Amino acid sequence: MTVFEKPKSLTDAELHYCPGCTHGIIHRLVAEAIDALGIEGRTIGVAPVGCAVMAYNYFACDMVEAAHGRAPAMATGIKRSLPDRIVFTYQGDGDLASIGMAETVHAATRNENITVIFVNNAIYGMTGGQMAPTSLPGQVTQTSPYGRDVATAGYPVKVAELLSGLDGPEFIARVAVNNVKNVNNAKKVIQKAFQNQIDGKGFSLVEVVSACPTNWGMTPQKALEWIDEKMIPYYPLGTYKDKSAAEEAAK
Amino acid sequence: MAKVLMKGNEAIAEAAIRAGCRHYFGYPITPQTELAAYMAKRMPKIGGVFLQAESEIAAINMVYGVAATGRRVMTSSSSPGVSLKQEGISYIAGSDLPALIVNVQRGGPGLGGIQPSQSDYFQATKGGGHGDYHLIVLAPCSVQEMADMTALSFDLADKYRVPSMLLADGTIGQMMEPVELPAPQEPVFEEKDWAVTGTKCQRPHHIVNSLYLVPEELEKKNFERFETYRSIEENEVRYEAFRMEDAEYCVVAFGIAARVAKNAIVAARNEGIKVGLIRPITLWPFPKKALADAAKQCKAFLSVELSMGQMIEDVKLAIDCSRPVQLCNRAGGMIPSPDEVLASIRELCRKAQQEV
Repeated sequence: MTVFEKPKSLTDAELHYCPGCTHGIIHRLVAEAIDALGIEGRTIGVAPVGCAVMAYNYFACDMVEAAHGRAPAMATGIKRSLPDRIVFTYQGDGDLASIGMAETVHAATRNENITVIFVNNAIYGMTGGQMAPTSLPGQVTQTSPYGRDVATAGYPVKVAELLSGLDGPEFIARVAVNNVKNVNNAKKVIQKAFQNQIDGKGFSLVEVVSACPTNWGMTPQKALEWIDEKMIPYYPLGTYKDKSAAEEAAK
Repeated sequence: MAKVLMKGNEAIAEAAIRAGCRHYFGYPITPQTELAAYMAKRMPKIGGVFLQAESEIAAINMVYGVAATGRRVMTSSSSPGVSLKQEGISYIAGSDLPALIVNVQRGGPGLGGIQPSQSDYFQATKGGGHGDYHLIVLAPCSVQEMADMTALSFDLADKYRVPSMLLADGTIGQMMEPVELPAPQEPVFEEKDWAVTGTKCQRPHHIVNSLYLVPEELEKKNFERFETYRSIEENEVRYEAFRMEDAEYCVVAFGIAARVAKNAIVAARNEGIKVGLIRPITLWPFPKKALADAAKQCKAFLSVELSMGQMIEDVKLAIDCSRPVQLCNRAGGMIPSPDEVLASIRELCRKAQQEV
């Protein structure tokens, strides 16, 4: 009996992520959702610019590589061209919440029928650890060497809260992948975000609070603890918007 | 087929639909907005997609997405908006995808003005965005050509998997002329061996991408792409020669400037000056050979442009600076009158005779 196997929706390519990075877990959860829903053959993924830039090598479905921040626009084009395909973007915090904020907000407000996996690790990883739109107040990074000063650098962007204020989007949730319980929950929520698209419900975004031990300057173990201690208090987990569930409840 | 009276911008839109394009993404900007408005009206009625994007940047990336699936797709804008699209155009070129970008030019730089211009010549013909690449650039000079070249731009883009640009200007975009529209083609959607459409679990995944981290691979990609460009330069050059048979002087002008120049040439001929016109229709590939041949019979060249003089550099290169090349230009939204061009032709002629 097989007790553990690689999802069909992941290729055999070796991941390039750093030790302790949680991208690997999130890739797996996305692939498991695609497998569970039996949509591998009709799914098209959009990779970002950032640490996950080479996600196109890891997902076994058809993939495109977008310009920095433009994944929701590119996904919009793909979905409008092929409405019966399942289209997802996989984006980091710099990509989605800084340079791509306009594309994110407008895809959400159009309730574009796509699934967005938003990996929030509070830092620019690929370029070596600069301040992200989601870096915490006081967080030390290469470009906030004295800690993020909210007086000059402003406050972190709370993407789930921000987007759930819009009338458009179907589903906005925040999960984490720093322990077994959170990973199991993240798996369910990610699968729901894909199921929503299959059901034609519209824009579904899952913010995944994630670890970057390398650029946080921590051991993998410490980074997972830091998520509990610092990240989750600032970025509370939960479902922020579920339009269909709210409509159902109102009946 | 009977002719209809249409604005240039609308002729592009209708011609695109007739060429089987069912996906349009745009953003309002003068003087091309009629094109977007026409698409907004027509696309929903024929099962097509019109989407007003949140920005020109988003619009070109939506184009990138549709192009990746292998369908005909277009966007349109005017100069400042086309600057915003350059990032996406570079990615589309770097991913070897066909698409059509329309630029109905206005005066610049910066916000510039809203009157006609040709000052995006460099941007259009030399790449425009970052990296080594070219677009196929067509320059219509009438509403009829707006329609004809829209279809041609799609065909060339598909044939070579190179994005094409229709480089018009505010005059042709806004003016109304009779136009004979091409017969409508039904959109064809063939599965391409490079497009992302879903693997159906029957083939390895397709990746549409412009990232090559290994320099040897990126270099190879660039060399391959320039092989395609070479074949475009060999096969797709288009130009019009007007009164060139016995010409001793050659005017070079495209788009609306060429129409003004024709009037000036007729007037100059009446004065006994043997002058003709070469009108580049493809700005890239540029009609280098036609100009080099003209240099064998002409004493001097005059580049007539609605800019501070951009195409003139390509004219000089095409004739290897073997003859004097003068500039007759207006800029910032101004158009030279036939009299101004005539005066420049007389001046060109006078200088050339002095030199003899």
